[in-house]
This record gives sequence, C-alpha cells and structure tokens, in this order.
Amino acid sequence: MSEVLDKPEVARIYIDARGPRFGAVITTTVLAVALVTQNKWILLAQGLVFAIGALRGPQFTPYGLIFKNFIKPRLSQPGPTEDVRPPKFAQTVGLAFAAVGIISAFTGADLVFTVAVGFALGAAFLNAAFNYCLGCEMYLLLVRLTSK
Amino acid sequence: MKTYLPLVVVLALASAYGFWWKLSRGAIRTNKSVPGHRLSPAVLGQDLGSRATMVQFSSAFCAPCRATHALLSQMVESLPDVRHIHIDAESHLELVRELDIRSTPTTIFLNRDGIEVGRAAGTPKREQVITALNAIA
Repeated sequence: MSEVLDKPEVARIYIDARGPRFGAVITTTVLAVALVTQNKWILLAQGLVFAIGALRGPQFTPYGLIFKNFIKPRLSQPGPTEDVRPPKFAQTVGLAFAAVGIISAFTGADLVFTVAVGFALGAAFLNAAFNYCLGCEMYLLLVRLTSK
Repeated sequence: MKTYLPLVVVLALASAYGFWWKLSRGAIRTNKSVPGHRLSPAVLGQDLGSRATMVQFSSAFCAPCRATHALLSQMVESLPDVRHIHIDAESHLELVRELDIRSTPTTIFLNRDGIEVGRAAGTPKREQVITALNAIA
C-alpha cells in the first residue's frame, strides 16, 4: 500500500530539498519586517510569492530562482531531493494566511492583520529553523475535519 | 508605526513549539494508545507479523514519510517475525479516526494479536525501533 509515495504519476517532481528551506529563511525575514512595520504592501508582495509557490511550485518563486541561480552553484555537495508536494502544501497554507492578512489590512482590521501575519511568520520560522513539516502536522487534521 | 511586541511573541511561541516538536518526533510512546483496539489482517489488508507488526500511516504532503518507509522496510528484511504495513492515511479515514491519528508519518506497533503497544509520530531512529520491537515478546 505504498502507492501514496511511489506511484510515479503521483510523485513525479523532485526538487533540491535545500531550496524551500532557503526560501523559508527569506520568507521569515520578509514577514518579520511586515509584522514590525505593519506594512500591507510587503505582505502583498509575499502573498504573490506564496501564490506562485502554491500554484506552480516553490522552485518557480523568486526565492526559488535566487536559490537555483546564485546559491546552488556555490554549494559543493549535491543536496537531498524531495517530493515537491510537501513544500507546495506549505506555500498554500502561507497563501491562505497572507490572503486573510491582506484583506484585513485593506478593510482596516489591524488586529486580524497582525494575527494572520503572525501565524504565517510562525510557520515560516518553524520551517526555516526546525525544518518543520507543515504538511505532516496539518494536512491529515484538515482532511479529518473537512470530510466525513 | 513600528511595534516589536508581536514579533517577539511569535518567535518565542514558535521556538518553544519547535523545540518540543523536534524532541517529540520519532519518540515511541506507549501511554497514548487508543485502548482496547485490535487490528486484524482483514482491516489492514495484509497478514500480521508472527511477533510484531509496524503499521505506518503516510500522506502525500509529508517528506519524512518517505524516510520512515525506507527505514522500516529495510529493517524488516532481517526480521522474519516482524512485518511493515504501509497505509495511505487519506484513503483510510475511518481507521485514522478510530486510531486517532493526527499527523503523518505515524507508526503503530502491534503485538502478535494486533493490539497496539506503542506508537511514534514522525520518523523514529533505528535504535528506538529496535528497543520497541525487543519489548514485544
């Protein structure tokens, strides 16, 4: 019953696992600045990055391209590869928090903005600092809650 | 308007949770089991091991599931009385709810009768698995 991992048509794209981790470090910095300055435009920019990561994959975001073109050529060791779906799921969660934050900022709900950016920052920081697996901890709970 | 308080709160809470998460992943707990639940070959779709069975629940959005699968399937190659059964959590939600599985990978250790004797959330270390299996007579 290992088709969830091994079926080629299900898991067909593998990327350098260090790419999303690098992206999480930049995301953490950007969201920290957005939180401190309460700046909705910074969050909007990060939201667009999340949208690319959620729809196309983290390897196509600006952070992914910086990693591919400037960081990876300077790394001597070949890195471990990983299935693109777990980081893509994490980008989707980030997009959801960013969307809530952007809507609240433009409607004047400052507290909701702060809480939404706080959650997105917390998740990005956990990923950057602890290699946290958002899909491992959240996905099954979401499925359990949303389906019968 | 600059405010550092939310940043400090978020980083403090996330760090505390992160350290707990890092330490608890992979640890095999014997006290959190759902009591009295017996897993049979009919439910699992495969025969149980003659001494022990490790039932691993995985999902698609989970990178450590792959590492766990590689470790456990490699370990049972030299343990003829232990079996590793791999289950896609999403397509077995009823079982997932019965066993109260909240994250992936979760590995449930069964004795010869299909009774849960321990479970690990996250990828366990090889030594932790050996210890857990040795405790199952």
